[in-house]
Amino acid sequence: MERRIFGLENEYGVTCTLRGQRRLSPDEVARYLFRRVVSWGRSSNVFLENGARLYLDVGSHPEYATPECDSVEEAVAHDKAGERILEGLVKGAEERLAEEGIRGEIFVFKNNTDSAGNSYGCHENYLVSRHKDFHRTVDILIPFLVTRQIFLGAGKLTQTPRGTAFSIAQRADHIWEGVSSATTRSRPIINTRDEPHGDPSKYRRLHVIIGDANLSETQIFLKMGTTALFLAALEDGALPDPLDLAQPVESCWQVSHDLSMRRPIELDGGGSATALEIQARYLEWLAKYVEKELDEPVWRQVIGEWERTLGLLESAPDKLADTLDWVAKKRLFEGYIERDGLSWADPKLRALDLQYHDVDPEKGLYKRLAAGGRMRRLFDDEKIALAASEPPTRTRAYFRGRCVTEFPGSLVAANWDSLVFDTGESHLKRVPMMEPLRGDAGRVGRLLDESEDAADLLQRLEG
Amino acid sequence: MSDRERSQPKGRGRQDEEAESGPQTETEADLEALDDLLDEIDEVLEENAEEFVKNYVQKGGE
Repeated sequence: MERRIFGLENEYGVTCTLRGQRRLSPDEVARYLFRRVVSWGRSSNVFLENGARLYLDVGSHPEYATPECDSVEEAVAHDKAGERILEGLVKGAEERLAEEGIRGEIFVFKNNTDSAGNSYGCHENYLVSRHKDFHRTVDILIPFLVTRQIFLGAGKLTQTPRGTAFSIAQRADHIWEGVSSATTRSRPIINTRDEPHGDPSKYRRLHVIIGDANLSETQIFLKMGTTALFLAALEDGALPDPLDLAQPVESCWQVSHDLSMRRPIELDGGGSATALEIQARYLEWLAKYVEKELDEPVWRQVIGEWERTLGLLESAPDKLADTLDWVAKKRLFEGYIERDGLSWADPKLRALDLQYHDVDPEKGLYKRLAAGGRMRRLFDDEKIALAASEPPTRTRAYFRGRCVTEFPGSLVAANWDSLVFDTGESHLKRVPMMEPLRGDAGRVGRLLDESEDAADLLQRLEG
Repeated sequence: MSDRERSQPKGRGRQDEEAESGPQTETEADLEALDDLLDEIDEVLEENAEEFVKNYVQKGGE
């Protein structure tokens, strides 16, 4: 398989309360969170030393976008690094609140919904070739994206006409279209905004916005791994007779609300299949593809993990309480209901539903589960700490990250596909980075090691 | 509806998993572990859950 670039973006939810009462508006919380970022980067939209982008998005949501990764595991580590970076911002902001005599605690949630029905996203990006039929890719991908929710959901309490219910996914109810260029007005499963952040004659970006923000490392691994594998097989023509759903959006809602995972989903052209059956079919195809064409450890690991997860979802879903966010959360709720005689509508459960996603290691319920050995981990905290400070080495994020680290005084603007330097000459100098796989350690590591300053670096680049 | 669509998934790992993990009922040890966990979580839960939840209102994102 050709190397593929991918990455994840997460918008975080913020609040500041004292004994449950709101102390600051999200706008104000965001300002406190970003004060240190703004004084360091002169902007609330910065690239970090690890090559990632941190900025304040629409609606006062801090957003962390991983640097460009070319390995699944690396993408997971960099997404988890985002939580750690936000955790650092919270600490700084709480210190400033204390200095100013404002009492209150700041909460930052890696989730997708608030209590009033607003949603904010976790977006996946996969670089695809401009020369492939984009719309065909999207059509074939949609049934996969709709049904993968059964192992990628973060879980959520929802209010329905029949009372409070538990659903598998957070985002599903906020999806209203299959494919479109909208994001906030009418959210699609796949967003078609054509921003390749690279050479537009060669690349397109596939922007998947149906996904939930996950805390579980295994889920993030499965999300990026199975989707990247699916794309590879699709591009290789290795997927036999693709499935089509009769009603993708309605099916998306249905899958999220069907905890049995066995309600038939109508297929286009007649017939039906359950989410478990559709995923089992994809697994079978892709396991064969890996066996024949892509026999590498990471893809075998993706298949193995996917197989284990689907197997348990079918036979004993509760056993995935250490693997999937939605199952872990459901088990906590059931534990509370059992122990304290609560109803599903109890506000305590709704508070748990939020606190599961807190990035704070003390207050965050996922964090507590993971620290107590109750969630399976892919790697230790050291690897995540490293990802929070160092860029991936095999993509252009390496060049960006090192320039941010080593020439902060000269780097006046940064973007995914360019850096702009001020070296004291009459005009600014722009370094284009239109090839996401270049600018890696192999190509520019020595050059950066040997450059004394930004002017020297630019001269060497030109030379 | 074709037979293919309704056929059971192969789920190659399934039987192995069941053999490995034994019966599906939660053991006493599991339940004790869950109790310990809930006790631990009690300490960090927001005291005024209803207000806390009601006040968690964001603007839409993206």
